[in-house]
Amino acid sequence: MEFISPEGLRLDGRRPHEMRQLHAEVGVVAKADGSALFEMGNTKVIAAVYGPHEVQIHSQQLHDQALVRCEYSMAAFSTGERRRRGKSDRRAMELSLVIRQTLEAAILTHLMPRSQIDIFVQVLQADGGTRAACINAASMALADAGIPMRDLVVSCAAGYLNSTPLLDLNYIEDSGGGPDLTVGIFPKLDKVSLLQMDSKLSTDLFEKVLTLAMEGSKAIAEYMRQMLLENTQKLAFARGTLKR
Amino acid sequence: MRGLQFELESGQQRRVSKAQERLKDAAGSVHAAAFVNVGDTIQVDHEAGFLRGHGTQVVNGELLATVCGIVERVNKLVSVRPLRAKYNPETGDVVVGRITEVAPKRWKVDVNCRQDAQLMLSAVNLPGGIQRRRTAVDELNMRSLYEENDIISAEVQSLYQDGSLHLHTRSLKYGKLENGQLVTVAPYLIKRLKQHFHHLKQYGVDLILGCNGYVWIAAPSESGKSSVSETPMDLSNDHGSEMSSKRSTTLIPSAQEDGKRDLSDDDKVRDSITRELRERICRLANAVRVLAALGLLIFVESIIDTYEVSLSWDTAVKDMLAAEFCIKIVEREAEHRDKKELAI
Repeated sequence: MEFISPEGLRLDGRRPHEMRQLHAEVGVVAKADGSALFEMGNTKVIAAVYGPHEVQIHSQQLHDQALVRCEYSMAAFSTGERRRRGKSDRRAMELSLVIRQTLEAAILTHLMPRSQIDIFVQVLQADGGTRAACINAASMALADAGIPMRDLVVSCAAGYLNSTPLLDLNYIEDSGGGPDLTVGIFPKLDKVSLLQMDSKLSTDLFEKVLTLAMEGSKAIAEYMRQMLLENTQKLAFARGTLKR
Repeated sequence: MRGLQFELESGQQRRVSKAQERLKDAAGSVHAAAFVNVGDTIQVDHEAGFLRGHGTQVVNGELLATVCGIVERVNKLVSVRPLRAKYNPETGDVVVGRITEVAPKRWKVDVNCRQDAQLMLSAVNLPGGIQRRRTAVDELNMRSLYEENDIISAEVQSLYQDGSLHLHTRSLKYGKLENGQLVTVAPYLIKRLKQHFHHLKQYGVDLILGCNGYVWIAAPSESGKSSVSETPMDLSNDHGSEMSSKRSTTLIPSAQEDGKRDLSDDDKVRDSITRELRERICRLANAVRVLAALGLLIFVESIIDTYEVSLSWDTAVKDMLAAEFCIKIVEREAEHRDKKELAI
């Protein structure tokens, strides 16, 4: 199947190095301590963070750091065909683990001993790149909750089809059978927190695709920073000062 | 706007954005560097030296922020204060909490903090007010004092290194709270002031602004406790007096000899709380909810102001949580701030 037209346009009209449109909103779940909605094109993900609060299961309490729990789920209506998935769905368990490990590396857990942080991520609409969108949404939700982190975790996916590295694959490109690489980085500290890939790539092509994904992440980081800053300013200005 | 369930139409959205813009302008020129994101570098004078405070970390000699918030500088101490974080306790704070667990010789209290606070048996007043050593019988009767899901007001006694919090109710004004509504707001909206217990004489309602973001609005407790154990007819006399002054019994609910509450007394108290009083309590609670959703500072004057404004606009109590009222409050606040700016 032809994923790139002779003019160099992809199936949805993007250029190979072009990312989908981003949209992020903070504070979408009222009851949560922190929450965010992150959209990358048609992929929409909502993340809610509860915590830090008292550890529910006392035996799991860690005396010197916070316990981080993460739950990933896909809404039944998120894919083209409506499918009810259980929580113990294998893919969901793998993704929960991956997201938890990625974010735990960023959270300064030693500042919150004997407490628990719950991260819930739900995919509302899946169109490729859900892993990346989930990590981005969870990162913004953690920042919204005021949980101290080393740096924001920003994630982006890239692939290789028709001999071209492509940035931010959508569902059709994802199912094209080519390699799909997801990277999660700390933009300021320039460190990698997550690196996952399916299929095979030779080392030089791997370098190209990885660099492309990292550049995409840095661009997303700029956008996330801007949205978080706007949110902080809005809250601060609304509160004002006490004197009336 | 967080916490209220409504969708804004485009026209309403525009009004809200406009009001928020006005609030921003009224704040004057705030230094852009005062707001930071996670991972942003904070400007410090490296030669003069600096002290690293909360919300910061040093990486490669640079000072980076670990939370999104406002940079605070006190002499050489540089810290970043996040806005919507969990309650940050300080000794001496008045807090309102909910009992989550009854453990050996202590209660665990949920105070919107990183960990549940602890209320030691030795830190409460025993019924009767006598000072004596707590015995095993006291430990067994802990449930007659406070049970799970009871709401209490207490003061922060001390903080420990690992972040755990100890409370005490060793004053007559603290203790179990009844006959009221609890509204949870974000802790950053409540400022630490001299007085956290308020008795609103004009409405006959008690108001407690817990530093941890839990706000308690209730029928005056005088009519509940002391009269329940003495004479029910004293209800009208006790209106309009300060909450703490006239208390003769302790705040432990009428624990009788066998340790069980008399249910008929509860019914008497409930009957004495009139429909008008309930409506006033609900209106005040909704005023608090609206202020919290809009992110405005919550203190007695602002609550009373919102209450009075809702009466003057003839808003029904339930309509206070609708979009129209909230937008009007934001616009009103924006006008106030503008006027203050012009006045200066």
